[in-house]
Amino acid sequence: MKSARATQRQIANGLFSAGCYLVTFIALAFLAAILWSLLTQGLGGLDMAVFTQDTPAPGSEGGLRNAILGSLMMCVMGMLGALIIGVLAGTWLAEYAGDSKYGAVVRFLNDVLLSAPSILIGLFIYGILVAPFGGFSGYAGAAALALLAAPVITRATEDVLLLQPGALRESAVALGTPLWRTILSVLWRSAGGGILTGALLAFARITGETAPLLFTALNNQFFSLDMGKPTASLPAVIYQYALSAYDDWRRLAWAGALLIAITVLAVTIIARFVAREPRRS
Amino acid sequence: MTLTADASPGVKPARPKGASFDPIFQGLCFAAATALLAALGGVIVTLAIGGWPAFQNMGLGFITSSEWNPVTDVYGAAGPLVGTIITAALALALSLPIAFGVAIFLVELCPTVLRRPIGTAVELLAGIPSIVYGMWGLFVFAPFFSKHVQVPLMTAAPVGSVWEKLVAGVPNGTGILAAAIILAIMILPFMAAMLRELLLTVPPQVRESAYGLGATRLEVVSSVTLPYVRRGAIGAVMLGLGRALGETMAVTFIIGNSHGFPKSIFDSGSTIASTIANEFTEATSVAHTSSLLALGLMLFVITFAVLGLARLLIGQSKH
Repeated sequence: MKSARATQRQIANGLFSAGCYLVTFIALAFLAAILWSLLTQGLGGLDMAVFTQDTPAPGSEGGLRNAILGSLMMCVMGMLGALIIGVLAGTWLAEYAGDSKYGAVVRFLNDVLLSAPSILIGLFIYGILVAPFGGFSGYAGAAALALLAAPVITRATEDVLLLQPGALRESAVALGTPLWRTILSVLWRSAGGGILTGALLAFARITGETAPLLFTALNNQFFSLDMGKPTASLPAVIYQYALSAYDDWRRLAWAGALLIAITVLAVTIIARFVAREPRRS
Repeated sequence: MTLTADASPGVKPARPKGASFDPIFQGLCFAAATALLAALGGVIVTLAIGGWPAFQNMGLGFITSSEWNPVTDVYGAAGPLVGTIITAALALALSLPIAFGVAIFLVELCPTVLRRPIGTAVELLAGIPSIVYGMWGLFVFAPFFSKHVQVPLMTAAPVGSVWEKLVAGVPNGTGILAAAIILAIMILPFMAAMLRELLLTVPPQVRESAYGLGATRLEVVSSVTLPYVRRGAIGAVMLGLGRALGETMAVTFIIGNSHGFPKSIFDSGSTIASTIANEFTEATSVAHTSSLLALGLMLFVITFAVLGLARLLIGQSKH
């Protein structure tokens, strides 16, 4: 026989479970709605011209070639800088810092930097690279992106190096290998998959970043390989075109948004795949 | 790493070949770590130096005044400051229960077949760039919101009531509440993914022993698993809040971008980040630029406090 208390508990539990189902459904519905509009609106504007022509004046034919190229150049250059800083800093935290106070401070502030508002990073780069050197440039944009990606890579490098077994270090040292060689040829090699995952996630993060590029790379309507000048980027063009009153510009903005979303999703999926690989073998 | 040899005289200490590069390599690594620290310090210094004239000119009025007028060169940051806090708080209030519900669903309730796909989908969506959320908000959500929420609520409001005041404004789909909803949708997958990871760290024995005592699912979640991850969960929520506070693009598209205090939940407003994004490249006077940098400094202080606390809590929960 059930007591009133037991019935009450079961009703509360039933309501709770139903609530969880409901909110999950709501969340998935919203996210599906976003993906759906992205696909329906973006696919209409996505044709070959998007990749072969430059950003047009309102009312004329055009594509996003210069923006795609600009984004690619700044992201690749930013990633190079971020990889150098991030991997070295992560190595210092894992191999040299130990329990030192300075190590704890760097670790903590790196985590803060990791989630600091990206627009403030843009203001900082504006202050040190744009204002003093007289102009917006693709290099400044790349520097802003590097500063956003570096903390991600630092964190990933430290985490994955700490996972490497101590025996690996000891066996290298026992062979008479100096520490730097041990790190370079043994630890980095064995941690490579994890570092690559971190790098891919960092890349996914900076491809969609808009705010820090507004004050650093600005934008450029024309095709240009010169990163010393203002450089176009997909997010900046999307921002400009989406807020415009022209239908063909808006169509291009949706196509660009779809391109970015596909890139980010693809890179994230590859990163997950890379991360899983070593565990299998 | 000290490779000291024994003290016997005349015997050269055995050092591995190439060991002289060790200190250089260590120095390089140290320099990289310090560069990150310097970058964060640089952000503070740049914003403080650039924003100093604004604090100097306006004094305390910079924070308390809500008049922001580039034409007369008068700047008071109260509007964006309040807008930032209101939108972020509303967004957190909206997405918090949903994020917890999704995380609990994925860990406790979800059929095993669906667990991986839904979990992966949530994690992938956490990576979608904010500009995409902003565009969706402006072109898809705003028209819907205007037609099905704003207009009905406004017409149903009794004349002269508090309700009428709360929903006053132009029903064009943008404004404070619309921005908060878009922010909520944006931080939702981010928080849900983190909370799910946390809930998965609860040892199965702890959960199973509670079930074994006859606890219902609600009781297991509310008195065993959630208390177990309490610190980490608060940290995860604060990371979500930090994200909402500093978010730029998603908000700029839909908040309406007007200065001054928002008068109702449908009124247009601005946040610190949206004001900077809109005006920084167009600011010509020194006072305008420095006011924007001072805004940036305030945003930095707020997010630094929130993120710092979040990281401390998460760090403690790990040990």
